[in-house]
Order: sequence, then structure tokens, then C-alpha cells
Amino acid sequence: MSTHKALPGRILSLPFLVFLSIFLVGMYFLMQRFVFGMGEVSNLNGGFSWGIWVVYDVVIGSALACGGYALAFTVYVFNKGKYHPLVRPAVLASLLGYGLAGFGAFFDMGRWWQFYNIFLPNNWNFNSVMLEVGLCVTAYIFVLALEFAPAFLEKIGAKGLLKVLNKLLFLIVALGILLPTMHQSSLGSLLIAMGHKVHPLWQSMHLQPLLALLTALIMGFSIVIFEGSFSAVGFKEKLQTHLFKNLSKVIIWLLLIFLVARFATIIFQGNISHLLSFDTNSLLFILETALFTVPLLILLSPANRSQGSRLLIAAVCMLLAGSLYRFNAFLFTLNPGVGYSYFPSAPEIMVTLGLISFEIMAYIVLVRTLPVLHHEKT
Amino acid sequence: MKRRDFLKTTLTTTLGSTAAVGISSQSVMARGNLKPAPDAVGMLYDSTLCVGCKACVSACKKTNNMPPVQAKNKKDTADFARDLSSKTLNVIKVYRNGNLAVKDRQINGFAFEKRSCMHCVDPGCVSVCPVTAMRHNPITGIVTYHADACIGCRNCMVGCPYNVPQFEYENPFGQIQKCQMCNQAGVEKIDKGGMTSCAEVCPTGATLFGSRKSLMAEAKKRMALKPGEVYNYPRGNLDKKPSHHEKEIPIYKKHIWGEKEAGGTNVLHISSIDFDKLGMPPLKDRSSASVAETVQHTLYQYMALPAVALAGLAFTVAKNSNNDKDNDNKGDKK
Repeated sequence: MSTHKALPGRILSLPFLVFLSIFLVGMYFLMQRFVFGMGEVSNLNGGFSWGIWVVYDVVIGSALACGGYALAFTVYVFNKGKYHPLVRPAVLASLLGYGLAGFGAFFDMGRWWQFYNIFLPNNWNFNSVMLEVGLCVTAYIFVLALEFAPAFLEKIGAKGLLKVLNKLLFLIVALGILLPTMHQSSLGSLLIAMGHKVHPLWQSMHLQPLLALLTALIMGFSIVIFEGSFSAVGFKEKLQTHLFKNLSKVIIWLLLIFLVARFATIIFQGNISHLLSFDTNSLLFILETALFTVPLLILLSPANRSQGSRLLIAAVCMLLAGSLYRFNAFLFTLNPGVGYSYFPSAPEIMVTLGLISFEIMAYIVLVRTLPVLHHEKT
Repeated sequence: MKRRDFLKTTLTTTLGSTAAVGISSQSVMARGNLKPAPDAVGMLYDSTLCVGCKACVSACKKTNNMPPVQAKNKKDTADFARDLSSKTLNVIKVYRNGNLAVKDRQINGFAFEKRSCMHCVDPGCVSVCPVTAMRHNPITGIVTYHADACIGCRNCMVGCPYNVPQFEYENPFGQIQKCQMCNQAGVEKIDKGGMTSCAEVCPTGATLFGSRKSLMAEAKKRMALKPGEVYNYPRGNLDKKPSHHEKEIPIYKKHIWGEKEAGGTNVLHISSIDFDKLGMPPLKDRSSASVAETVQHTLYQYMALPAVALAGLAFTVAKNSNNDKDNDNKGDKK
């Protein structure tokens, strides 16, 4: 028999205090942003109006939080409970990741005090991809909260509410699959209207939503493997590689489709010359493609698929690959025009690091107080 | 259905439909560029007439109550704005090449170029704005900004091919600033039958106000003129008794910027220098906004696709959860 259990041990530790201090520094700069304006703390300008707060905190942060999405797909749609032990930690990480993506979008808003305008139907512009992203991400944060609620309800012993929630679970899970499919593909569609500013190697126009969705799924599955390894270390247990073996097969297909779609677009658009120019952009493309290809080669070997360390290496490669793909498209290779350049300021970086620290601290506190991680009794 | 088959079907359906939308939307449901409003107003900037006096920059700042951008010593009162910003909605830039000997010559020459909102026929900023804070006037074609709706996501800045909308980063309660062709609330020069401040003060008619139609005809006429001869250039408002001055006709590039670029613009530019040299972006005829909208509307038409997907997912999840319970019970008995 097996159950969900709180991870034993103290919450306060040296790493925790390090995260806490980074968080406090970040909050100091975030306060400055609200008091003195964004220009005071960030290097944003007329050409680069989206810096790391949008591109990392929202665009990449939400993809790193796709574990809950990828697993919901696997568990409920085609594998019938086999991966259940992984669901709760993945949903928690997703909730924290998406929560912070939402918060990131909020404090990056130049007119944050009227953020509610996006929820007022009379303002809606149905042509806007951003509208879909804004509404859909908000809805998904609520869905994730409901998906995670059982852990909290079990802790406080609210059995009645648990029963109601379990009856509605099928609808909540269905939304938990549909909504990320919608907004993760839309994050890619945001690039379409950016037109020529996006480098030709990343401007796939009509295929933007497909490529973004594929990277979201690839990163989602990778973060599940990553968190699985983390949980195994925490409980001093062997990694449940048998659970990951089949996930790997799905990932292989996703990687293959991604790479084929990517290269087909580049060839079809006649942009091979950009690939072979060996300037910074082409090198970034090569690095990114290598990070997608290495895990594919690792996972193609059945022996590697049942070896924890190899799986972890593949997962880390894919997390970096997906992140680099999005960084490249939205920021690193973006060319808004002559005279504009951007590198994040120290305060901007500290705010982002502060929020990542918060996410890690919240994860530690919650797995140590609520029944999140799965413990296999023998 | 076997699990493995189900896996394949679900995943391929999801990815397949996204891909199919991507490919099919190119032709089937394409929205195409928006068309120019029949009575759209605009401006024609003729770089060869511009003498770089920056009277337009000054007049623009006066109309919009914006301070001059000062040089480093801060004593000079002249405007030193180098590019558009939240304090500069109109700017004159200089093209320089080699020894700068001759005006309007691409090699060893120099030229002036105006930067201000182009008032696109199919504006990206309007298309991407989630809260309709950017609006396109259906009669005048003027693209306006409405701070009361704006949330400050700055997608308009990213979605503008010309980097025109500018956010007031230095102000904790800032807003977007852009040229609204002097027709913003409280100014309304166009509604009152007037013209833009920059066209009004331009001494050479380099910035000419008028309807898009008559400006386009004027631009085409200038393309056909014989270089070296003399032409009577209009100043002010082309449609309302403009004043004139005579000047030798330069060698124009046979290119009216704004006739076709990304669906066209209501502000047209002509010049003796190639436009990429003057810092214009590499635009195709089809607007990126129209492609984005085509993809988005194909996926979300009547919310049909998401609704069907939700129904299918809810059914599958409910079915598999029940199976799951059965498995759990069996497991417990062991």
C-alpha cells in the first residue's frame, strides 16, 4: 500500500535562509518598481518593452510549470492512474509556477492598478492573442488551486468538501488539460504579430502555436522527471524509473515532431542561409537544437530509459532546450530596429531570482506540512 | 480501444488539429489585410523637401504639452530628441553617408527622415491590444489610444512594426504615448476641419496634410515628374487651398512607403534614399496582425473547437477515473 505523506524534517535550513535573503532583496527592488516606476529598476525601453519579467517569469515560467498539465494528460487521458504518485507534487509545482507567472504579469503591467480591465467583457478585443492568454492563465490558476485542494482538505480533515470535489474532479481535470493547451499555444501565437522583429529562424508564423505547445509538453514531462528525482532524494528512495519509462516514449515522439516541424518550416521559408551564417543567432539556434537532440538520442536507447541518472540528464537538457527556444524567440534574437538593445538590470534579475526563491521556499514548506509527496511503504 | 491506441489518438488529434489549423488557415479562412478607410486622412512626408528645421518637432511638443529633450549640459532649450519616446511623438532623424557632400544622395550624402505614427491601415497595435485601448477610427483612419482602458501590457509596442507607441517608464503611474494626428480629446484639430500641427508649421511642405487618396495621387504624380525640372510644391493642407513654392525636382526612388507595406499606412513617405537606409523595417505586403488574427480566429471561432475538446476530455477523464477506482479496489484486495 502507498499513501501521500508530508516530507519529514525541519523547514528552516541553511539553503532555506539563503533563498529567504534572495527573496527579500528581490522584494526591495519590486517595491522600488511600484514607488518610482519601472524605469527606475529595469532596462526596458521603446524597442524592448518585454524584458525578463515577461519572457522568463511568464513565458518560460509557465512552461516550467507545465508538469501538472503534462501529467494530467498522461494520467487521466491515456494511462489510467499509473502515474498517480507523481500527480500531487507536479500539481503543486504548477500551482506555484503559474501563480508566480500571474504575479509576474501583474507587476510588469505598466498600469497595474487597472489590471481588472482585462476581466471586463466590454473591453475585450477578440482579435487579441494577449486577451486569450490573460483570461486563460487566470482561469487555469483557479483550476490548479482546485486540483491541489485535496492535499489541503485531507490535512484539515474536511471530508464533506473532499467528496464534493472528487465528484467534480473529472471536469476540473478536463479543464486542467484544455486550458494549458489553449494558452501555451497562444504564447507562441504572440510571436506572429511581432512579425519581422522575430528572427527568421524563430518566426514560423502559422506554426508558432504548434511549436509553443510542443515545447510546453516537452518541458512539462521533463519537470515531472526532475521533480520525481527530487522526491526520491527527499525520501531516500530509489527513483521510480518504471514510471518514467513510458513517459520517455511519449517524449521521444514530441521531440521528433518538434524537430521535424522546426526544420521543415525553416526549409519551406527558405531560411537555411540564416542557419549557416554562424553569427550569434545561428549559434544560438545550433545550441538550442543540440539541447533538443541530445535527450532524443539518450531516450532512444531502452537501457538509458530505465537509468535514473540518464533520465535526469535528458530532462535537464530538455528544460534548457525549451527555455532557450522561448528566450531566443522573444528576447535573445529579437530585433526591434536600429538603436535598441536590452540586457536585464541587476534589480530586474534580483526580482526574478527573488520570485524563484519564493517558489522554492513555498514548495519546501508545503511538502513538509501537507501530504503532497508519495511514499511507497514496503 | 486499447490504451496505446488511445494515447496515440488523443495526442495526435491535439497536435494534428493545431498543425492543420496552422497550414489550412493560410488559405481557407485567411482574414487578409484591412482596407484603407475611403475618407481616411493622412500625411505625405517628402524627405527631399525637408530642411531639418524641426519646426514640426517643436509644434508637436507644444500641441501635446511635452517638454523638449535637453542636451547633456541642460542649458540649451533646443530639442535634442534623437528618437521617439514618451516625450517625443514626432522626430526628425538624419541619414549620413561618407563625406555628406550632397543632400538626398545615398552615397556621400545625407537626408532627413521623419518618424511619427504611420497610422497603419491594418494597425498591429490595435489588433494585439487585449482591452481595446488602441482604436482605429473607421472614418478618419486615425489610430488613437485610451488610457482609461489600458492595463500597460505593452503588447502594442511589441506589435508595432515602427516602435511607435512608447510607455512612460519613468512615471510610476505612466501611460502609452503616441501621435494621434492632433485629433485626441481636447485637441480635435481634424474634427474641427484643421490639420496636424506638424503639417501646419512645415515651411517647405515636406509634411503635407490631406486625405489619403489625394496624398497618394500627389505622391504618384511626383514619381512621374522629370528630375531637374521645376515643380510647384504644395504646403499645408492639400485638400484646402494649399500655398505653393517652386523647387527643382529631385530623383525620387520609385517607391511610396505606405502604399502597400503591411497593408499600407495613412502617413506616406517618399524619398531619394532607399527606405531601408532610412531605418524603415523590412515589411511584407501582408500585415502580421492579419496572420495572427487568422490563426486565432480559426482556433477559437465561436469557441467551437475548445468546447468540443472540453466535452471529449471530460468524458474520457470521467471514464478513466472510474476504471482507476476499479483498479485501486482490486489492488487493495491483494
